[in-house]
Amino acid sequence: MNVLEHARRLLRRDQVFPMLMPKRLAEPDTRHGPILYLEGVTVSFDGFKALDDLSLYIDDGELRCIIGPNGAGKTTLMDVITGKTRPDAGSVWFGQRIDLLQLSEAEIAQAGIGRKFQRPTVFGGHSVFDNLRLAMAGDKGVWRSLFDRLGAAEREHIESILETVGLADHAGRRAAELSHGQKQWLEIGMLLAQNPRVLLVDEPVAGMTPAETERTAELLTGLAGRHSVVVVEHDMAFVRAIARRVTVLHEGRVLAEGSMEQVQNDPRVIEVYLGEDDDD
Amino acid sequence: MRPPVLLDRPARWLLGALAAGALLVVLGNALVPQGHALHVSTYTVTLLGKYLCYALLALALDLVWGYCGILSLGHAAFFALGGYAMGMYLMRQIGTRGVYGHPVLPDFMVFLGWEELPWYWHGFDQFWFAAAMVVLVPGALALVFGWFAFRSRVTGVYLSIITQALTFALMLAFFRNEMGFGGNNGLTDFKDILGFDLQADATRLGLFLASAAALASAYLLARRIVTSKFGQVLVAIRDSEARVRFAGYEVEHFKLWIFVFSAMLAGVAGALYVPQVGIINPSEFSPLNSIELVIWVAVGGRATLWGAVAGALLVNYAKTVFTGLLPEAWLFLLGALFVLVTLFLPKGLAGVFLHRKGRPT
Ligand SMILES: Nc1ncnc2c1ncn2[C@@H]1O[C@H](COP(=O)(O)OP(=O)(O)OP(=O)(O)O)[C@@H](O)[C@H]1O
Ligand SMILES: [Mg+2]
Repeated sequence: MNVLEHARRLLRRDQVFPMLMPKRLAEPDTRHGPILYLEGVTVSFDGFKALDDLSLYIDDGELRCIIGPNGAGKTTLMDVITGKTRPDAGSVWFGQRIDLLQLSEAEIAQAGIGRKFQRPTVFGGHSVFDNLRLAMAGDKGVWRSLFDRLGAAEREHIESILETVGLADHAGRRAAELSHGQKQWLEIGMLLAQNPRVLLVDEPVAGMTPAETERTAELLTGLAGRHSVVVVEHDMAFVRAIARRVTVLHEGRVLAEGSMEQVQNDPRVIEVYLGEDDDD
Repeated sequence: MRPPVLLDRPARWLLGALAAGALLVVLGNALVPQGHALHVSTYTVTLLGKYLCYALLALALDLVWGYCGILSLGHAAFFALGGYAMGMYLMRQIGTRGVYGHPVLPDFMVFLGWEELPWYWHGFDQFWFAAAMVVLVPGALALVFGWFAFRSRVTGVYLSIITQALTFALMLAFFRNEMGFGGNNGLTDFKDILGFDLQADATRLGLFLASAAALASAYLLARRIVTSKFGQVLVAIRDSEARVRFAGYEVEHFKLWIFVFSAMLAGVAGALYVPQVGIINPSEFSPLNSIELVIWVAVGGRATLWGAVAGALLVNYAKTVFTGLLPEAWLFLLGALFVLVTLFLPKGLAGVFLHRKGRPT
């Protein structure tokens, strides 16, 4: 664009100056199926390869379980997708047009990828209600948050999420006071409030009672379809209950992929993982 | 769930106490005759005015440290910069009344044999210009420093160390005569402000009241900030920075904004302080000052705002009393106080109050 054209764009009176327009990230383009493309991703920590030339595709709306022994690279994989860790090699795309390696963590979150940490991470100093309010989708700029007021619609939405995650009676409690399982639920609730296209859920049922685990399974399977859900879990019973497609990670690589049954009968998988210990 | 209110009980108490205290001081100074038990001497008025400036500085630090977890060990630098901006205005007001009687150049420049006013001294003969610089200079420094530090994700101890280095570097720079800020001696021998004689009782009272008003306004602004969603994001950053990022907030923007705002408040505090004490010199940049400031806030209690104000007033009152009795012992006492508070009152005096009321913070 030449100078003249630039000037003309700036002087147009029927629209705001381009630099004042809020940066809107395009919707991910999923016409070809996958919503997440990871290709040849390598992450090394001091020479040790946590992810080794890993390729993985997640389809729009699918529910994918990722399993693998401790240290297989499951959490590192989520770190790469959400921008926490930059890979040494490889590419990571959200749909076909958004290159996640170009975006900051916050931009990736705003583009529509939410995550739940392995160790439940909530805002301990805030009430359960405020945790959800902070996670709520919307403009997250500095000025907006200075003048933001809690509207009735937002309040209702938060209350409905509180119902969904079973924390309605704890809305006013400080998040730090919750039990481990309740924190897990709260963090899942925060994901719901954020309403992302893709949910990355790292070990959601650790520390939950069997009843709570069952409700989590229901919730996550219910989300699939409208959202894409990637679940990392060690609890095999839980994986069996929700799994449609399972990816087995081992030493930073994809060892096997397929239905739970296929994977369970794969001799390589049995050797490295399921064989050692079924329910750890 | 009730949203937090701007004027909660501690806020009403603090503002009420400030107004009542200011009224008593004014009456005691202007109406009660000298010699009467309730008379407040002008010396005391100025001393209290100085405490109020410290309280404003503590408030500024509480915003970044208490609420956002940024432990700045160089906040006195912003205070000193605001003080220097005001000092430059006061120097220019001296005019021909200086020892050398030069109409434009301050005494120390004549003494150094300078012929011309350095470019950065221009404009400071105008109060509005100096007043703008009081907030703009600390704000700009905080913006540049914060932008680099926060963008490179410097946090925790490392951030504290570089803020300390910042104030130390500024101190060394301001000690140099070539910098044009009076070197070692700093700026002093002020005559008047906005045409009012700085030695006059009424001016002293006016400066005290201006400090009280500045503290009250800053407190209200700070309350407005910490009760907004913005304030919640700050606390969230303090408690779990990564979670805030993955919730879609640009953490750096929030940190930078509050850091700059806090630096501006510190600048205002410095600007009100200088005409009351009558001097500003490089020792105000001393790293020790910033550390003392942290102790005031720690003693008062972090993340309550009123705790910072109370801590600054109490510790400084204690300092005045003890340095009168045992000057050498003060620093040991201050150190001991800090250790005791850290060990036994991690939430400071504010924590004790909230605890006694059965309300966890
Ligand atoms: N920041 C880091 N620095 C060095 N090594 C790391 C780092 N993060 C992860 N690793 C290593 O990378 C490997 C993969 O870790 P990762 O956390 O991804 O495993 P995981 O599959 O999530 O395991 P788990 O089931 O125990 O959660 C591990 O050997 C771990 O020690
Ligand atoms: Mg893990």
